[in-house]
Amino acid sequence: MKSNFESSTPILKVTNLKTYFDTREGLVKAVDGVSFEIRPGEIVGLVGESGSGKSVLGFSVLGLVDHPGKVVGGSVSFKGTNLADATDAELRMIRGGRLSMIFQDPMMTLNPVLRIDTQIIETVLAHQNVSRKDARNMAIDVLRQVGISSAETRLKSYPHEFSGGMRQRIAIAIALINKPDLIIADEPTTALDVTIQAQVLAEIQKLCTMNGTALIWITHDLATIAGLADRVIVQYAGRVVEQGLVDDVLDNPRHPYTKGLLDSVPGNQGRNERLRQIPGTAPSLLNLPDGCAFMERCGNAQEVCRTLPSVTSSNFMHEYRCHFPIGVSN
Amino acid sequence: MKSLLSVSGLSKNFVKELDSFQRVANLFGESTKKETVYAVDDISFDVMTGEVVGLVGESGCGKSTVARMISGILEPTSGEIIFKGERISLNGSPVKKEHLLSIQMVFQNPFSSLNPRLKVVDIVGEAPVHHGLVNRKNRDDYVKNFLTLAGLDEQFLNRYPHQLSGGQRQRTGIARALAVNPDFLICDEAIAALDVSIQAQIINLFKDLRDKLELTYLFISHDLSAVENISDRVIIMYLGRIVEVATTEQIFGSPNHPYTRALLEEIPRLDRRKRKFSVIKGEVPSPINPPSGCHFHPRCPYAIKRCKIEVPKLENIANGHQSACHLNI
Repeated sequence: MKSNFESSTPILKVTNLKTYFDTREGLVKAVDGVSFEIRPGEIVGLVGESGSGKSVLGFSVLGLVDHPGKVVGGSVSFKGTNLADATDAELRMIRGGRLSMIFQDPMMTLNPVLRIDTQIIETVLAHQNVSRKDARNMAIDVLRQVGISSAETRLKSYPHEFSGGMRQRIAIAIALINKPDLIIADEPTTALDVTIQAQVLAEIQKLCTMNGTALIWITHDLATIAGLADRVIVQYAGRVVEQGLVDDVLDNPRHPYTKGLLDSVPGNQGRNERLRQIPGTAPSLLNLPDGCAFMERCGNAQEVCRTLPSVTSSNFMHEYRCHFPIGVSN
Repeated sequence: MKSLLSVSGLSKNFVKELDSFQRVANLFGESTKKETVYAVDDISFDVMTGEVVGLVGESGCGKSTVARMISGILEPTSGEIIFKGERISLNGSPVKKEHLLSIQMVFQNPFSSLNPRLKVVDIVGEAPVHHGLVNRKNRDDYVKNFLTLAGLDEQFLNRYPHQLSGGQRQRTGIARALAVNPDFLICDEAIAALDVSIQAQIINLFKDLRDKLELTYLFISHDLSAVENISDRVIIMYLGRIVEVATTEQIFGSPNHPYTRALLEEIPRLDRRKRKFSVIKGEVPSPINPPSGCHFHPRCPYAIKRCKIEVPKLENIANGHQSACHLNI
């Protein structure tokens, strides 16, 4: 598995990406110098708390950042095309075709006044040269794949006639229908019940393996990542603080923030034991310090943490940004 | 241990009345019927003094309706709620004001449960002043006390909710609940909207408060890991009915009901890597027209003929462990 990922060329290469929001209160550095790579067929979890800039990172890759936000530096290269240089027409062909997104709220994806057959067929016709009839058959196939029974009749329904879990499946079906190379999923199961979440996870896992689709799964839930992903990227206050294979990061976290997150997961500790919590709250992205943003909440912080730590990599693809990494003697 | 709260035969139906068009249509021979939602269907349980009882279920199973009936926001359709040996309400009017004050709620959404136009000091101080627990002159010191208990210092007194983070808002909501000196706290998905690191802080706060103020909790959540961590006993609900009640050890160690087992199977855990998500089929049916017999039978892998016909009773299967499943006999 490891050698497999190492040898293949990445389909997405994000280098030193910076997305800033110029607001009245000041400059918000939502994404500040983020670099990572995604290889074909790989499932990567992007973990961070609210306000860590993880959704903005997803939007930046797709070129969907709204005013006053702006990508001010770095590059996003998708299958060799630099998305920053791509024209609007080229972007339109890539988005929804080779690269698609699933949002947290399926009602953001679905148009409430159009039947779902219209919406799915539209997606096919925009990217593939097929007849309307073929597109319709593809729609039926993909709905079956995501576990919607009697797909033919259900195609004629409107979004409000489906339950929340069903709607998310339809949003996933639309993301999958053009067999993209990469899907970016922004907290797609957060709003769903436990049993429905498991159903959606099972579908997505199956379909990604079947089609060789790579997946970036944005979430705040480390436990879900553990069950789903090959690799994990941990973001804090706009920067990647640690990334690596799931087993490396979860079993041997190097960054104190990753360790803190893992410790706060209730199921990880004994019953009735006090949870080990991270003190304080996540900093506002407005006027962040130059140094390590986690410094205020970190037990190991020293004077040197006022300067930004550089990225260190230890064993296979395990990288972290900390002056005093856990379990590494200086 | 003494029983603090005792609920028996509690039900709540919501009836959707016919609109005028449907009524006219019925005069002309249509037969549109009123729709009834059986949100809570004949449930009984006890909460002992000092206990933390977890109430678990998926959305629409009626757990919030139970909370609202106990706290006196909703009037039950039938059944009774006994608190400290007395009924909470009789024919729609509360029996004793002290009882209602003793039961307080902490809500899920710390953004919508605080009035955006009031300062923290007014949010927390309003109820105790109204109920004469403190006079207006000493209000600020009184509020300061409860903020400290909830882990906020006095600089927050004059802030508005929009100036607080999610965790700080939830702490304000907790201070507001504590300010009228309750014995019983209902936490309705109180950690669901918070980030992981903040969730841990709030769960720890609930534990500290339990020790300091000798509180009893009904901890409602769909997050089984959190429930496992904080609860002494757990009640599992499905579509308006209780399917299993047991101590935390029993529920997580030897779950009995197929629904409980399925739920436990689905919990994402850090130590389960690259797993296959096993799946219970289908979705929670609508409570407007629930399945006959055992509500879980259409999704249950072990369902037999009897499950479709007969409603299983909640029966003792071990000491302190009750389950409602035909397969136990």
